[in-house]
Amino acid sequence: MAEEVVLLDYWASMFGMRVRIALEEKGVKYEYREEDLSNKSPLLLEMNPIHKKIPVLIHNGKPICESIIQVQYIDEVWPDRNPILPSDPYQRAQARFWSDYIDKKTAGPCKALQRETGEKQEAAKIEFMEVLKTLDSELGDKSFFGGNVFGLVDIAFIGFYSWFHTYEEVANFSIVAEFPKLIAWAERCLKRESVAKVLPDSGKVLKSVSDYRKKILGIN
Amino acid sequence: MASSTILLDYWPSMFCMRARVALREKGVEFEAKEEDLTNKSPLLLQSNPIHKKVPVLIHNGKPVCESLNVVQYIDEAWSDKNPFFPSDPYGKAQARFWADFVEKKFSDAQFKIWGKKGEEQAAGVKEFIEAVKILEAELGDKPYFGGDSFGYVDIALITFYSWFGAYEKFGNFSIEAESPKLIAWCKRCMEKESVSKSLPDQEKIVAYAADFRKNNL
Repeated sequence: MAEEVVLLDYWASMFGMRVRIALEEKGVKYEYREEDLSNKSPLLLEMNPIHKKIPVLIHNGKPICESIIQVQYIDEVWPDRNPILPSDPYQRAQARFWSDYIDKKTAGPCKALQRETGEKQEAAKIEFMEVLKTLDSELGDKSFFGGNVFGLVDIAFIGFYSWFHTYEEVANFSIVAEFPKLIAWAERCLKRESVAKVLPDSGKVLKSVSDYRKKILGIN
Repeated sequence: MASSTILLDYWPSMFCMRARVALREKGVEFEAKEEDLTNKSPLLLQSNPIHKKVPVLIHNGKPVCESLNVVQYIDEAWSDKNPFFPSDPYGKAQARFWADFVEKKFSDAQFKIWGKKGEEQAAGVKEFIEAVKILEAELGDKPYFGGDSFGYVDIALITFYSWFGAYEKFGNFSIEAESPKLIAWCKRCMEKESVSKSLPDQEKIVAYAADFRKNNL
């Protein structure tokens, strides 16, 4: 039976990028459908009625929602190539813990960095730097978050790299100068075909956020 | 002799209760160490330096944090009995989705009911009822969220049952009136020893919540 894999997504979403990277890692052919988040498609609303968010993975007509859940699903359906989670229960727990940490701690600051100005944005910047510091420490001298092998936590975080330049510009600080280890990790990840193929150009992300800030927030 | 399985615990925490239920489902002998959250133990701070929260499961000296993560770990470390997930990847993804829904929508709403007052509390009641109706629809006619067997989503949700008395008292509404099917599911779960042994009496939680409201609101 032919596999049908459809991904409802938004090009700049770091959550969507996770799923695209996982699919590429597994060599799975899929149909990418760009959503207009200001005018969500009937298919999106039907497939994710609870949260109405992208990404939505539709495999043989059945929807899977939430990006970390989708990545684990992909790993379990196509287990033979490039395993994403380790096999040891403790290491799996560590991978899930850090993916959860990334989701919990970046949501607030990343949104505020994009959409706020002044004090609120400054507070978000400080919060985000704390997260980066923690992740930098967790990475340590390892090649990837899981050790020697590219895995779940790397997939969970690498999409944010395409947003670093945007955060630096709109909030006036340097991630590159402060976190050379994380930048080295990101460049290591970019050597993988899946990551290089999926991550959008940083300049494109910055332009779309700048346009948004100009148009919606009236900021130049 | 030190136990190979230690749970850093807090008796009213519905998150800690999940770990207790999961361990009992697997028949694991464990030592529960009650934490004073106003004076966290060195062991807690050392085992969970990032969030400094309970529950923490320490298995053979290695800590696992975040309750749903702990439950998944327990399922994988003691995989020989009572699996918490179906074997097919789609079923697993669905279970993870619904536990995540409990975490995102149900958990925040319920806190507002006992932890807040006025408009915030009223909003909490409304959101809680909405979440309950969605969960009830997902349960459908199945005996458990996991289908025929008690599983991951059941574990994620049932622990809040110990707080239902508090929600009803402070939110001034009847959960059974809103969702009789959910209450029936709760009672079905409570027939399991792993659950009934792990949840405190509703009256104790009502007193705990009353105390919190007196001191904080």
